[in-house]
Amino acid sequence: MSVSTVSKEQFRSFVAALIGSEQTVVGVQAKNDKFAFGPLRRAEDLRLDYDVTILSPRKYLLPPKETLLNFQVAGDSQTVCDCQPMVLIGVHPYDMAAISQMDELFSQGEYDTHYMNRRQAITIIACDVATASANVFASSMNTATVDSGFDILLTDIGGAYVVQADTDKGRALVKKMAGAKPAGADDMAKRKAVQEKNRTGLNKHVLECKPAFLPKLLEKTYDHPVWEDKARLCYSCGSCNQVCPTCYCFDVQDEVNWDLKTGSRCRVWDGCLLENFATVAGNHNFRKNRSARFRHRLYRKGKYVPSKIGGQIACVGCGRCVSACTAKIANPVDVYNTLLENTEIG
Amino acid sequence: MCECCNGKKDIYRPQLWTINKHRMLNGTEMYLHLDPDSGKAFDYIPGQFVEVSLAGIGEAPISISSSPTQKGLELVVRNVGGLTKAIHKLKAGDKLGIRGPYGSTYPVSQAKGKDLVFICGGIGLVPQLSFIRYAMDHRADYGSITVLIGTKCHDMRLFREEIALWSERKDITIIETIDEAHDCWDGNVGVVTTLIPRVESDLPASQVLVCGPPIMYKFVLMALAEAGVPEENIYVNLERRMKCGVGKCGHCQINDKYVCQDGPVFRWSDLALVPEAI
Repeated sequence: MSVSTVSKEQFRSFVAALIGSEQTVVGVQAKNDKFAFGPLRRAEDLRLDYDVTILSPRKYLLPPKETLLNFQVAGDSQTVCDCQPMVLIGVHPYDMAAISQMDELFSQGEYDTHYMNRRQAITIIACDVATASANVFASSMNTATVDSGFDILLTDIGGAYVVQADTDKGRALVKKMAGAKPAGADDMAKRKAVQEKNRTGLNKHVLECKPAFLPKLLEKTYDHPVWEDKARLCYSCGSCNQVCPTCYCFDVQDEVNWDLKTGSRCRVWDGCLLENFATVAGNHNFRKNRSARFRHRLYRKGKYVPSKIGGQIACVGCGRCVSACTAKIANPVDVYNTLLENTEIG
Repeated sequence: MCECCNGKKDIYRPQLWTINKHRMLNGTEMYLHLDPDSGKAFDYIPGQFVEVSLAGIGEAPISISSSPTQKGLELVVRNVGGLTKAIHKLKAGDKLGIRGPYGSTYPVSQAKGKDLVFICGGIGLVPQLSFIRYAMDHRADYGSITVLIGTKCHDMRLFREEIALWSERKDITIIETIDEAHDCWDGNVGVVTTLIPRVESDLPASQVLVCGPPIMYKFVLMALAEAGVPEENIYVNLERRMKCGVGKCGHCQINDKYVCQDGPVFRWSDLALVPEAI
């Protein structure tokens, strides 16, 4: 680990130079009154003071639609590999935690070359949260700060950034930051203060238990009335799935080109709240009730996915689903706290 | 495989296989026999499935009905959706994409020396055939073999010639029934559950393998419980929507189980307490 300090002006010059390089540079920018990750054209558009982005950076790791194969209709197929080098600037700790989870899920068991090749071509410049969003609860989920997964971690300490490089890719980039100097004790103390503050301060919704306890809680609450109570209002629109940084379920669809001879097999985002997510040919739907689908999402976050990734909870507290849900029922903290209220935990 | 894949295989790219035989088994089920264009050996164990695709239409999980003791790969495809409708239009010489084999297997080794009872409802006979044929080809390895087959109506019965041949043998007992009586049928009438009391082997000590439509499991499992069959001696073979077959896409999940990896064959004792399973 090497830690340096760079002034904001120097960092902006560094970003400008990056934009001029061959890599695609993606960063957080203002979009009307919100923020979004998008291709960065000017260094001054980068907004590291943002609160939360509309969609998580998942859209660059697992694009909403990606081509897996090109094919000849009814014939053979060829792998399509998309691994353009990219620098992703401004990933918040909770989103970084979500990316690390996806890395594990796509590489364990059957290794997914499509995801992993793209991932390896991406350099991540994470940054500590400077402004808390309206619904963030990362402090409750222990994801308000992050200590691995990124290539570089930035912390805004006022006029400058503290820059921690954790990988060879990261260290190579820091070498290009003109003016970067080793971080002094004073800067390190300021960084520590920012991180300490975030560790408790990013908590607009307070989970009444330790996240590690959720799998155990969910073992006893499968038939709790909260599932039906909440799901009664659910539009099955899948917005909570779309904005979630840890949702990675997908559908696979074939698209035929205009020549009717060639086409592509594409992977597109899917969502377990959508009505036909578990429907098989012949129209049998294995998860027909809204409440069963609503419950499935929160079980996946709190129990099923954790069992595949060493107990890490697959809700990182970004709060995006809370903001996105029209019916205002998606808040995981609300549901988990309700379960905690009436459940005796031995 | 491209350079950046570091020699790693693309898990989503199917291999081409050529259809060399096909025929309709009844009004909706088509039998297909395929050989790999690569000429490479294809190793699988009864119970597993493959992802079958027709580029331009789509991909779906299909059970393997052949036994690894046979040559090539045999599939039975019901005309029920867009992909299967297109497959039904194929002829000998046409190609299908195959990925796999995927999923768990029947207990071919653990069941050695034990009596086997297969309970099959409708198209549920298809995946079971893989193990039935395998057991018949390793006949000395297993105790008695009983196959209960329930079919909705007389003209939907599958693999009639093969079943007729087995019916004449002494080393396998076949008991068939149809749900609806018919003039052309002088056999049993009623659901497959009604055949369970007629099994002659010691049912609680047998390995009982069940595959059929969702509604069938409920009644068969109740009848087996009544007959005193322990849950760990029962295996069910489940169907779910799948898009990847490799534990990523999330579609086949039943609570914390992935049907594509933990299943499709489950020991009932591992599933009995899992809601949504059947």
